[in-house]
Amino acid sequence: METKDKKWVVGQGSHIYFPEDASVIMLQVILALIPVCAMGLFVFGLDALKIIVIAMLSAVAFEAFIQKYMLKVKLGVRDYSAALTGLLLALNLPASSPWWMVCIGTAISIGIGKMAYGGLGNNPFNPALVGRVALLIGFPALMTDWSVTGGYLAELYKKVTPESLTAATPLGFVKAYAGSGFASDLASYFNSYKFDVQSLFIGTTGGSIGEVSELAIILGAAYLIYKKIINWEIPVSFITSVGVIASVAYYFKPATSLLPHYHIFSGGLFLGACFMATDMVTSPFTFSGRIIFGIGCGVLTMLIRLYGGYPEGVSFAILLMNIMVPIIDIYFKPKRFGA
Amino acid sequence: MILGLKTFSLGGVHVDDRKYSHDSPIEALPAPKTVVLPMSQHIGAPAKAIVEKGQNVKMGQLIAEKSGFISAAVLSSVSGIVKAIENRMTPGGFMQKCVIIENDFKDERAEAVGSNWASPDAVETVDISKVVSMVEKAGIVGMGGAAFPTAVKLAPPPDVKIDTVILNGVECEPYLTADARIMVEKPAIIVAGLAILMKLFSKNCPVKGYIGIEANKPDAIARISAEAKNYKDIEVVPLALKYPQGGEKQLVNALSGRVVPSGKLPSSVGCVVQNVATAAAIYDVCVNNKPLVERVVTVTGRGVKKPKNILVRLGTSFTELIDFCGGLTDDSAMLICGGPMMGKALQTSEVPVTKGVSGILILNRDEANLFEEETCIRCGRCIDVCPMGLHPGMINKLVEVNDYSKLEEYGILDCIECGSCNYVCAGHGRLVQKIKIGKARVQEIVKARRETKDGDAKK
Repeated sequence: METKDKKWVVGQGSHIYFPEDASVIMLQVILALIPVCAMGLFVFGLDALKIIVIAMLSAVAFEAFIQKYMLKVKLGVRDYSAALTGLLLALNLPASSPWWMVCIGTAISIGIGKMAYGGLGNNPFNPALVGRVALLIGFPALMTDWSVTGGYLAELYKKVTPESLTAATPLGFVKAYAGSGFASDLASYFNSYKFDVQSLFIGTTGGSIGEVSELAIILGAAYLIYKKIINWEIPVSFITSVGVIASVAYYFKPATSLLPHYHIFSGGLFLGACFMATDMVTSPFTFSGRIIFGIGCGVLTMLIRLYGGYPEGVSFAILLMNIMVPIIDIYFKPKRFGA
Repeated sequence: MILGLKTFSLGGVHVDDRKYSHDSPIEALPAPKTVVLPMSQHIGAPAKAIVEKGQNVKMGQLIAEKSGFISAAVLSSVSGIVKAIENRMTPGGFMQKCVIIENDFKDERAEAVGSNWASPDAVETVDISKVVSMVEKAGIVGMGGAAFPTAVKLAPPPDVKIDTVILNGVECEPYLTADARIMVEKPAIIVAGLAILMKLFSKNCPVKGYIGIEANKPDAIARISAEAKNYKDIEVVPLALKYPQGGEKQLVNALSGRVVPSGKLPSSVGCVVQNVATAAAIYDVCVNNKPLVERVVTVTGRGVKKPKNILVRLGTSFTELIDFCGGLTDDSAMLICGGPMMGKALQTSEVPVTKGVSGILILNRDEANLFEEETCIRCGRCIDVCPMGLHPGMINKLVEVNDYSKLEEYGILDCIECGSCNYVCAGHGRLVQKIKIGKARVQEIVKARRETKDGDAKK
């Protein structure tokens, strides 16, 4: 064709693009969660795999269904965000969760947590946490049923209590037994289940599928920080503030408080701080805003753990801080050049 | 990035530079049969045509005179007959009044507008008091792309003291290599051009000269540095690769550390910035008596067969340049006047090369951003890269809801439209497009408010 007759595409600059778009970001986060999933599989066996697969597939299916039949918009499931929400929800569930509860969770995550607000990018709350908290309130017994059927933990429990393959988490134990000859019970209990710092860090203790191994979580988070997909500010300020408050609590009431490192290494703190609180859609934009956000999460987590009815407060804390993000963004704007 | 190299302090993004035509020497395209010379090849008021249809003109003859304070003259780039004065499509994307001249290929030269000094020490002999008027008569404008009339920039108000003259050899736009080639092939006239500018401002105070060049052009840095050794107070500074380093405020910051305040010009911190090609044009008119009738244009991108740097007469059609480069590839998709970050996408190649056209970029389907816009996922990368410290994503949303007072508060008028936010956007958002719309509207409002205030003051 003659050059002068050629029809050109027009548009506004920039005319070239950075290849790492939303779908690449989501895929990178899923990749970063592989070590966490692997540890879940090792500790809980095939139950974990079953829940992860059900959650991811059902989340994608729900999103596709809502987009196609309810919103009647273009299918957007290719951006991997639904799969990621499903995966994160699965990692926040106990290995004993029944399949129907997982599906209810993903339906709430995708339907109410995300699509009801207009889909990816418009949700004020972390969708996976919306699902988890709904299940926690709706099915409190199932959500704290830490029994296992396979994996490393089953072997461990067989040696201690062969009749029932389950054990309370350190945080749950403290909530349940606080005040009744606490310190000595705790020591023997922790000894029998090998609840030392090293096991807690590597992840050979009970809990939700994805929260047990801090080691795997740190590996994944380090990759995402290196790829500049998440920032270090939120995890560091979140975990540090939990550590500081736990230390203060232990200093004043050593008899009925957990040692600070149990607060840090058990429960969902690392998973929450590294993968849930850092969700770009629901966290502040600027450096100082993110520090405030992280500290807020840490303070709320410890208030719930120390004074609240629930043994664990990470999910509630992050959701409460999610709704503070717009106001944080108003007060912590980027620093302008020459202004 | 090489550590220790200077760069600007806030934001910025590393863009793959894709300088395919960096090693192609400048080739001269023979003068075309007809040239189309738009009346507005610069920022400011369009020039007023002073020739008539059928009139004979010579090369370098004034065909349109400046018509306001910020305006520039237009000179004929060939000798021949004025065939028509009519509206034609221009690289700005608008129909505009143009003078169309049929070339008689005699290249008869008009009366001199500049001065001619055959002396080897040309800079010393140039009559400094006449530099500004020579530049004005030669119709020189900023040749990096913005096309601001140079004479205006060289004559700041008397209360402004200029102690730093900066030559912009950064060429931070990917793909483009015109400035780099001029620096490699004509380093002497660029540095001498800077020396003339420094002499112009040195009436009141000693003047320091900088030439900023990004480190991806080691050959240009070497050639320019060798020339700069012959002059006092000229420093060649290699800069780290970061877009948009060629922005005036960013370059001033990178080289001198000074911060140009919001809403002010670089002259407010004592700096004047000129493109290297503009410096060469100033030298050419002051020493070689050559008005601005031709320029170097890079024709590049994966959509053209042989990327080249071409010396062309102003008014030559883009089509001729593209065909000179072997024509288009089958998958060519976008035609852009300028670079890929700030350039304008054109709907036709039947537009003339004007003074500010530094490149013609033809992107193929893989290179061009042909994505559909998706929702913002609040990744915050637009904030990280914004060299003005703005929040492009938020500004974009405010434009969508027409909240003009908030837009002003969020600093939309500071935006330099560099396209960095648009480049990194994870949702392929068309941020710059909406920001430009909002900016125009806010500018109107600010202007109207100022006029009302002036009116009230008069009452």
